[in-house]
Amino acid sequence: MHTTLKLNRRTFVGGGLAVTSAATAASLIGGCASIGSGSAGKVVVIGGGFGGATAAKYLRMWSDQRIDVTLIEPQAAFVSCPISNLVLAGARQIGDITVPYAGLASRHGVKVVRDSVTAIDAAAKTVRLAGGASLPYDRLVVSPGIDFMWDGISGLQSASYATNPAGSILQAWKAGPETVLLRRQLEAMRDGGVYVLTIPEAPYRCPPGPYERACLVAHYFKQAKPKSKVLILDANPDVTSKGPLFKKVWAEQYKGIVEYRGQHKAVGVDARAGIVKFEVNDDVKGDVLNVLPAMRAGQIAQQAGLANMNARWCEVDFLTYESRVQAGIHVIGDAIQVAPLMPKSGHMANQHAKVAAAAIVELLAGRAPNALPILVNTCYSFVDPQQVIHVASVHQYSAERKTMLTVPGSGGVSAGPTELEGSYAQGWADNIWADMLA
Amino acid sequence: MKPTFIHLACVWAALAATAAGPARAQAPDAVARSYAATCANCHGTNGIAKAPMVSLAGLPKEHIVTQMKAFKGGTRPATIMGQIAKGYTDEQIDSIAGFFAAQKR
Repeated sequence: MHTTLKLNRRTFVGGGLAVTSAATAASLIGGCASIGSGSAGKVVVIGGGFGGATAAKYLRMWSDQRIDVTLIEPQAAFVSCPISNLVLAGARQIGDITVPYAGLASRHGVKVVRDSVTAIDAAAKTVRLAGGASLPYDRLVVSPGIDFMWDGISGLQSASYATNPAGSILQAWKAGPETVLLRRQLEAMRDGGVYVLTIPEAPYRCPPGPYERACLVAHYFKQAKPKSKVLILDANPDVTSKGPLFKKVWAEQYKGIVEYRGQHKAVGVDARAGIVKFEVNDDVKGDVLNVLPAMRAGQIAQQAGLANMNARWCEVDFLTYESRVQAGIHVIGDAIQVAPLMPKSGHMANQHAKVAAAAIVELLAGRAPNALPILVNTCYSFVDPQQVIHVASVHQYSAERKTMLTVPGSGGVSAGPTELEGSYAQGWADNIWADMLA
Repeated sequence: MKPTFIHLACVWAALAATAAGPARAQAPDAVARSYAATCANCHGTNGIAKAPMVSLAGLPKEHIVTQMKAFKGGTRPATIMGQIAKGYTDEQIDSIAGFFAAQKR
């Protein structure tokens, strides 16, 4: 079904690592559709994840190709965080979760520029690229994802592969090379070893993600090295998403493999000794340490002064996703300050993008945006490579409270894991990847 | 000059909208399009889905409305659609169904 999306695994990994060093080579890929004269305005989109890619496509589609859209993204291809835990389980290859950006250019006339943004000048309405170019915009969409707050866990930054190529600790919370490397660490671990997964206090990217990861690593251990353990150390008092469902799976399907401990806030690591230190609890020793620090809006949002909430998240107007502190700049995805019960998920980023794109089309045409936007969220979690549980919610704008509120009586979770929802989960991925990139 | 320009622009926009199909003609349709896009994550851009999700493009409006009301009322069993359908008003379901019915399969 998704063979067309597959890239060769070796090619991808090699290419992905090469990107970092070659990120300065900006190139315009593909052409603009001939009717896209730019007369309806110029929009630059920073970041080609679930939010940014969707925004770029829908801005073109909904303006009938009249808005000129440039997407700035340093990576050669999109790699999906959802489904990436199946790569850790050995049930998918990295190529299965990798989708090229070519469709945005060839089908929609988005100018895809492989580069990164080093500065935003909100007054001059320009962005500067690492490659040296400066691009003007009428409206800017910033979809920067998350960055890690290394300072909260002493020793972590220097021990993490993300910032030190010699570092042994992985987050694998941005899918790509780290996903493959974490799989290799799990494969190399001795039977009887301990995989330690630490979870930061909410809010963080993908609330059920760590618990799904615990299930899928446990599934791999159960098959390949049954004396091994998965130890979840959660800074939160309890499982933050689908709690009763995950706990039932751990107690039944992964009895003796998964151990969950709440109220464990990691504050330090000793990578050489394989030790994680906690605020109040005893040290924990593990063979593979997967330490997730607290998160905040991606670096460019911090630098541009968009992250006005606790210096972490970006406050937006939920009618347009325009920043509350910088006019003409729309922020979408995990980087925003959410309303209560709005998860930081790829599905939500796709939904923010559509509200923002619709609003920008109207604003550039001098019309008012939709006064009552709707957001839907769906997060599917695999508890093993076949069975899945979900959580869903629907959020409508409240004109009275000027925020998004869940609709009473709507939303909910699965009754329990099923293979039917396993097929829906892969179907969800195939459809959302196409919705943003095809 | 200015009023003439605006007038021509409106005529042009109306013609362009007609060419693109009735769903894109006017502001209320832009809202319907936005609401329908909340379904696209699973049901595909403009309702053209990959299996196993159901394509909604080109389905009769009444059929979509009936099914959504059955999900909402719990008379059609579902894993997730009952929970999602309850989040939309009947008017919103009506406009979403109208949008998908007008899309080419």
